Formats: sequence, structure tokens, C-alpha cells
Amino acid sequence: MTARRWLTLYVPLGAFVVFLLFPFYWMLLTSLKPNNELVSVTANPFIVVNPTLEHIRYLLTQTRYPRWFWNTMFVSVGATVVSVAASYLAAYAIARVRFRGDETIGIGIYMAYLIPPAILFIPLADILLKLGMFNRLWSLIPVYTTFLIPFSTWLLIGYLKTIPKELEEAAYVDGAGRLRIMTTIVLPLSVPGLISAVIFCFTLSWNEYLYALVFMSSPELKTVPVGLATELVRGDLYQWGPLMAGALLGCLPVVILYFFFVEYYVAGLSGALKD
Amino acid sequence: MKPGFVVRVSGGVDRRGWLGPLLMTPTVVLLGGFLAYPLVLGVWLGFKDSTIGSPGVFVGLENYQYLLTDPVFRVTAFNTALYTGVTVVFKLALGLWLAILLNQKFAGYRFWRSVLLLPYIVPTVLSAFAWWWILDPSFSFINWSLLRLGILDRGINFLGDAWPARWSLIVANIWRGIPFFTVGYLAGLAAIPKDLYEAAEIDGASKWQQFWSITWVLLIPLTTILTVFSTIFTFTDFQLIWTITRGGPANATHLFVTLAYQRAIPGGSMSEGAAIAGFTLPLLLILAWAALRALRRQT
Repeated sequence: MTARRWLTLYVPLGAFVVFLLFPFYWMLLTSLKPNNELVSVTANPFIVVNPTLEHIRYLLTQTRYPRWFWNTMFVSVGATVVSVAASYLAAYAIARVRFRGDETIGIGIYMAYLIPPAILFIPLADILLKLGMFNRLWSLIPVYTTFLIPFSTWLLIGYLKTIPKELEEAAYVDGAGRLRIMTTIVLPLSVPGLISAVIFCFTLSWNEYLYALVFMSSPELKTVPVGLATELVRGDLYQWGPLMAGALLGCLPVVILYFFFVEYYVAGLSGALKD
Repeated sequence: MKPGFVVRVSGGVDRRGWLGPLLMTPTVVLLGGFLAYPLVLGVWLGFKDSTIGSPGVFVGLENYQYLLTDPVFRVTAFNTALYTGVTVVFKLALGLWLAILLNQKFAGYRFWRSVLLLPYIVPTVLSAFAWWWILDPSFSFINWSLLRLGILDRGINFLGDAWPARWSLIVANIWRGIPFFTVGYLAGLAAIPKDLYEAAEIDGASKWQQFWSITWVLLIPLTTILTVFSTIFTFTDFQLIWTITRGGPANATHLFVTLAYQRAIPGGSMSEGAAIAGFTLPLLLILAWAALRALRRQT
């Protein structure tokens, strides 16, 4: 029985662990390796002999990395706040209020979720240029709402459907108006759904690349992925250390958020897939 | 604000049927201006000959006709089909396998469940940097190990030759996409009633038979949804390819979107880029329709 359990569970699971986590180990290892070990063809590549913090120091003092980090934070927080607010209102309207065309709008929002940035970035570049929004950090906020709102509206509709309507009907009979019911009864009950939406919006914004790459051209306006890819990748061998250090630090905010709210994350993703 | 005031105002809004449209306004304005309008403009751009700095004129299907004869575009279409087809199959199979493993109780299963989803959580570009470095021809640990073990005489030029580069990108994409299926399937597996397996056990069905006639059958609707979503995200991938190969070597690993980007933004041919992106639209519509049907059937 134990031999069977090893063969069907621990061995394949171990293989998955190695495959799925190895790149993270490689990032950490590279960011701690001094340059002479990085370019050595004879040394064992899997270990570091003399770990150094030099790459992290270089990254934080000799590049604009701290600036990119705050830029990403600003855009992600801004886009998350705007998107979750707008999608909560939209989700409430679709889930709870009957109005002309609500069905069509629901399908429209679903379709919007499936339209990838890949199709939109070229015409959007044209529009932002004409509106004078090109190369301005805040302009990424409305742009990011195009992929955040559809997803979080979908997620919140699914969540609102799980809140019993009877609560609202009882309040309505007691003479409370729609807005009051929405703010004092439904909103407090929606907090877990809203947490899922916030986590997803923040993570998706933090991971965004194409729009930030196309629309931001000044080095001081770049986000973490774009800054690293365009300012640190110059075909120079010796940038690998800072690049991996930057990648690792850049993963931290979403990883920390993820570990704090892992249950919401899984519930949100499976909820959005079901409804 | 006094509560009575809120009630009166909202009551008034509600009676005239304005509440729904009012609540939809921010969403409709943002999605209308930055999603629907650009979508229409993008289709229109594909029928013009605009470049950065020149609005251009209507040229009909010229961009599309030209692209069909362009060898780089043909390779790109082939790559997109190969990349999507191979990776989706592997992501599905391995993602389901991992979900079944993680669905069992063992020491620390909660911890491993959270940790093994990490490839999907972290920014693609940042993990792609790690893959790029792993695949570096001179310093790759894979080459180092293969040479040490005496399996190869000289290292594989992972990103310097067309086929090794394609397979490298496929592996990196599978790495990132496995957890997407795993999360979805974990939710699906949790919803399957345990007594079905007990009944099958009594009837003498093997684990393998139980998998095919219970697990797999009950997961088919979820599989459709996950596959459609994954296909859409994979065939419009940009981040991984652009970070690791930039479509190279010699344009051998472009997907639709990296080629569209290269032609439109650094290359300046906005319309040509829009036409390349336009090629993805029909497939996208079919997939979106399929997903909608699958979702409806499930609920």
C-alpha cells in the first residue's frame, strides 16, 4: 500500500514540485550569485559559493527600479479601485435590478472579458495619442479597466447571486429604498466577493505588460516588467544578477497578497468559471 | 445625509426605471470608450494603410491579401497553431493530473496546493526572464548537466535555432499554464459526490475505470470552459514570446500578437499590425460563443 502511494502520489507530486518551482529557485540563486560564478562554465550551476547582495544593491541604487515599483503600485491600486467600484455597481444592476437590455449588457460584458489586449493595443495607441494621454502614467488606469471590469463584474454577479434575495425583499417591505438596501444590507454581505475582486484586479494590473510597454516611453514612467525588459536587458552578460533580483522583488507584492488571501483567490477563480 | 432623504431619492430613481442604467453608467463609459470603440477602430484600421504619423486611406482587403502571401506571416500562423495546440493539450492533461494529486489528503497538502499555483500568479514577464536565463546557450544548467553526464558533446542552442526555440517556448508556456487548469479542476473535483466512487468500488471498478467513467465524464463541461479560455489566452500570447525570443531567431517564433506588435509599433505600420490582429477575431468569436454555450449548459 505504501509503495503504491509513493508511486501514484509522492513521486509524480515531487516531479511537479521540481518542475513548477525550479524557475523560482533559479531566480533566487542568480540574484545571490556573484558575477564570476554566474559566468563560470566549470562551476556547479546549482549552488552559490559566495552569496552576495551586490545585485540587489545595484538594482535599488543604480537603476530606476524603486521608481518603476511605485509606478506599478500607483497604476495597480488606481485601476483596482476604479474597476471594483464600477463593476460592483454594474454587477448589482445586472444581478438585482430589472431594466431594459440587462440581458444584452450581461452578454456584452462577458464577451468583453474574452477580447484580449492583443486586439486593442494598436487602435488604443492611436486614441491615446490623439487625446494627449500617451506617455502619462495615469492614462494606464482607464486602459486597465477594460480587462479588469469585465472579469470582476462577472465574478461579482456570481457572488451576488449567492446572497438570498429575501433579505432585500424584507427590507423593501419595511420601506427601505433601493440605494439604502444596497448600501446597508447587500454591501456588507458582499465583502468576501469584493476581496476576491480586489485581489484579482491588483494581480492582473501588476502583471500587465503590453499596454505599459506600448504607451509609456519615458524611463521614469515604466512599470516593473517593462522597466526591467527595456532598461536592464541590453545584451550585457553582467545584467543577469540585477535582472533576476528585480524579477524576484517584482513577484513579491502579488505573492504576498496571494498567500494572505489564498482561499479567496481559489474561490474567486472557480466562482468566475462557473457562472 | 439623513436616511429619509436617501430613501426618497432612491425611490424616485427606481420608479422611473433609471436605477439599472444609472448603475451601469461608469462601466458603459469606460468599456465603451476604451474597449468597444478601439475594437471597431481596430477593424477599420485593418482596411486602411495607416502608419504612425499618417492617417492613410481605405485600401479594402489589401493588407489581408498581402499578409497571406507573406512568408513570415505564414510561419506565424503555423507557430500560433502549433503553440496553442500542443500547450493546451499538455496544460489540460498535466493540470488535471496535478489537481487529482492535490485533491488527496497527505501531510501539508494545503501548503502544496497554494505553492504549486505560483507560476500562474506571478507576472509572466518576470518568470519569463528566469526561463530566458535557464535557456541561455552558454550558461544553461540543462546543457551543463547533459554535457557532464556525457549525453551530448555540445550544448543545445535553445533560443538560437528555430525548432529548439519553439519547443522551449512551449515548455515555458506549459509551465505557466498548468496551475490554471489545476485550480479549475480542484473546484470541479470537490463537487463530485464521494458516494459515486464508493458505489463503483463495490461494483469492482478499478481506479482507472473510475477515472474514465466518473471523474472524466463529470468534468467534461468544466473541461470545455477551461479549454476555451486557455485557448484564447494562449493564441493571443505576447508576454512570454516577446520576453524570451522577441519572435526570433529570424522571425521563426512569432505568434500573431508579437508579429502585430513588431510591425505596428517599432515598425510603424499600424494598419498591417491591425490586420494581423484582425486575423484572430473570427476564431475568437467562435471560441467566445462556444464558451458561452458551455457556461449556459452548466448552470
